[in-house]
Amino acid sequence: MSTESVQFHRDADRLTHDLRHRALIQKALGGYYIKRDEQKKKYTDWQQARASAAAAKYEAVNHLDTYLIELSDKLAARGTKVFWAADGAEAADYIASVARGAGVKRIIKSKSMTGEEIHLPQALEKAGLEVVESDLGEFIVQLRGEPPYHIVFPSMHLTRGEIDATFQKKLGSAHADTPEELTMIARNVMRQKYCEADMGISGANFAVAETGHISITENEGNARLSTSLPDLLVTIVGIEKVVPKLDDLAVLLPMLATAGAGQNMTCYNTLLGGPRQPGETDGPREFHVVLLDNRRTALLADPEQRDALHCIRCGACLNVCPIFKNIGGHSYGTTYQGPIGSVITPHLRGLQSWKHLSFSSSLCGACAETCPVKIDLHHHLLQNRRNAIEQKPVWWEKPIFAGFAWFMRRPGLYRFAAPMLRLAAPVLHAIRGQDIDPLSLWTRTRDLPVPPSQSFKEYWRDRNAKR
Amino acid sequence: MPNDSRELILRRIRKALAVTAPARHLVGAVTGPSGHPPQDWLPPVPASEAERIALFEKNSLDLKTEVRRCSDAAAAASELAALARENNWKSIGSHRFALGNEAVSALGLPVVFTDQPYETASLERCDAAVSGCDCLVAQTGGIMVTSASAGGRVLSVLAPHHVVVASTSQLLGDLADAFAVLRKHHGSPPAFVSFITGPSRTGDIERILVLGAHGPKKLTVLLVQA
Repeated sequence: MSTESVQFHRDADRLTHDLRHRALIQKALGGYYIKRDEQKKKYTDWQQARASAAAAKYEAVNHLDTYLIELSDKLAARGTKVFWAADGAEAADYIASVARGAGVKRIIKSKSMTGEEIHLPQALEKAGLEVVESDLGEFIVQLRGEPPYHIVFPSMHLTRGEIDATFQKKLGSAHADTPEELTMIARNVMRQKYCEADMGISGANFAVAETGHISITENEGNARLSTSLPDLLVTIVGIEKVVPKLDDLAVLLPMLATAGAGQNMTCYNTLLGGPRQPGETDGPREFHVVLLDNRRTALLADPEQRDALHCIRCGACLNVCPIFKNIGGHSYGTTYQGPIGSVITPHLRGLQSWKHLSFSSSLCGACAETCPVKIDLHHHLLQNRRNAIEQKPVWWEKPIFAGFAWFMRRPGLYRFAAPMLRLAAPVLHAIRGQDIDPLSLWTRTRDLPVPPSQSFKEYWRDRNAKR
Repeated sequence: MPNDSRELILRRIRKALAVTAPARHLVGAVTGPSGHPPQDWLPPVPASEAERIALFEKNSLDLKTEVRRCSDAAAAASELAALARENNWKSIGSHRFALGNEAVSALGLPVVFTDQPYETASLERCDAAVSGCDCLVAQTGGIMVTSASAGGRVLSVLAPHHVVVASTSQLLGDLADAFAVLRKHHGSPPAFVSFITGPSRTGDIERILVLGAHGPKKLTVLLVQA
């Protein structure tokens, strides 16, 4: 087992038995389900809307080179500097060098999962820069030194009490009782940071090729402030975020809000097409867009799973996943949690180290059913399992199945062995799941049905004998 | 500066796309070049102006945006004055726009104008921001702003209270209509466009809604009959 797999099973086991954690997640998601369903009901046809959204992303992903070039040219036309980064290190180096070149000391950052993926904040801090997360949830987990718990709700695993304790310890703030008071503490801290920062960093939800715009979806206003107050702005964009037309956003923005948070539209949906233009009085004087590959092209090269690049990071598949709800976001040990994380992480970070995530699924298909861009998630989990085994077969599987086949082809042996199993059943039942149970790997978490007193063959014989 | 990997990435993409991916998601879909435009599947938008106003008001209520109907520009000016009194404004940020000019100057308050060079710190101290917009979107309860229509990129998000003065003729159906207006007003969409859909909010602490996370805690639309 890989070290990632050992960590995963240890943490998953711990959190599955943590009833306090489970209650917190159930409560948070309960509210989400209600709001999401209310919103979905307003759609003329949610299923056709899904197909439309998927069609837009399919078009983009399957002509990725064309649309990226168009995006890059359109951005450059308004004075944006576009940088293409093959991997995380290249992106982080570039952003650090931009910061150094401008003499930057303090950075205000809005939410970016792509930034998390390449450990951008850590890389910049190592270069001696102060990086402050401005999204409230991200700010809280940053203060605690934790990774985000969920793609969309980074701090959903924390209670107000824990957040209050964190604020008191890290910010020296007074005790606060309510989410409102806690939010205002963060707001006041952040106001200072926006005005002091000499560089802003943001992520992107979409990038429109047709017009050369980065689209940023948020609720708090932190992304708007981070992208308009500092003189220098860098936006990091995964190459799969591109969409062909501006009109595609007419569907994707409401669907992202509905699937992600049960909203009609999120509070701010901002299109950034360049730095401060002639006639504008504010906005960044310099705007860099970093287009990041970081093995997305490896996923693109797998036509079977290419649709995983349709993902708009709404987090809906996490919210409905029975595995996520039990083991929580941190157990995955990945940037992207839940079903989508289990599907793409093996492509981004290595199949053998991360295949265990694809095995940790009930294959119920709730993820694929809820996905607003129709990613075939649960089948991709199965494909990852298949690919992992094909790439690195388990040595004992073949002999076991060969032995089973040999046994099953011998009726005499079967007739002899079946009653033996029936005799052994009470013993197996008594030791079920304990260390001495030879089947404990299976029975530890599963029931062992008591075999019937008769086989079908015996029953049939007796029945005919009675006649 | 490190070297750009543009050609490497494009090469990787083209190699990957040599094999076509199945389009499973299109099975059963009636969207496409010959089918319905995608926005047909979104929440429906009524055709008449009165119904659209009603839908905008209903969405605004859900979003906790306050909508005040005004019969004309003079009524909007007195509503703005009422807001200034109710909320005890000492200074405001604004910009020059046809629907708001008279109402703003009638307040008699110090104004930081953001359509001319201004200091962020003095805007940050303002109690409210009064701005125009490009259009309102009935389907979402949204307000589309650009630098030209709303006094720059910052005005509409920095103050604790944002007041938008708009006319009923600016109310459109959905986002696709709003994008059409962008093209009409600006040729191609400008470098800054934002859809504001309710006052700033967060649910990051126990998923409990709190308004005014970073941006305005209050959002008021003065909707002038036109």
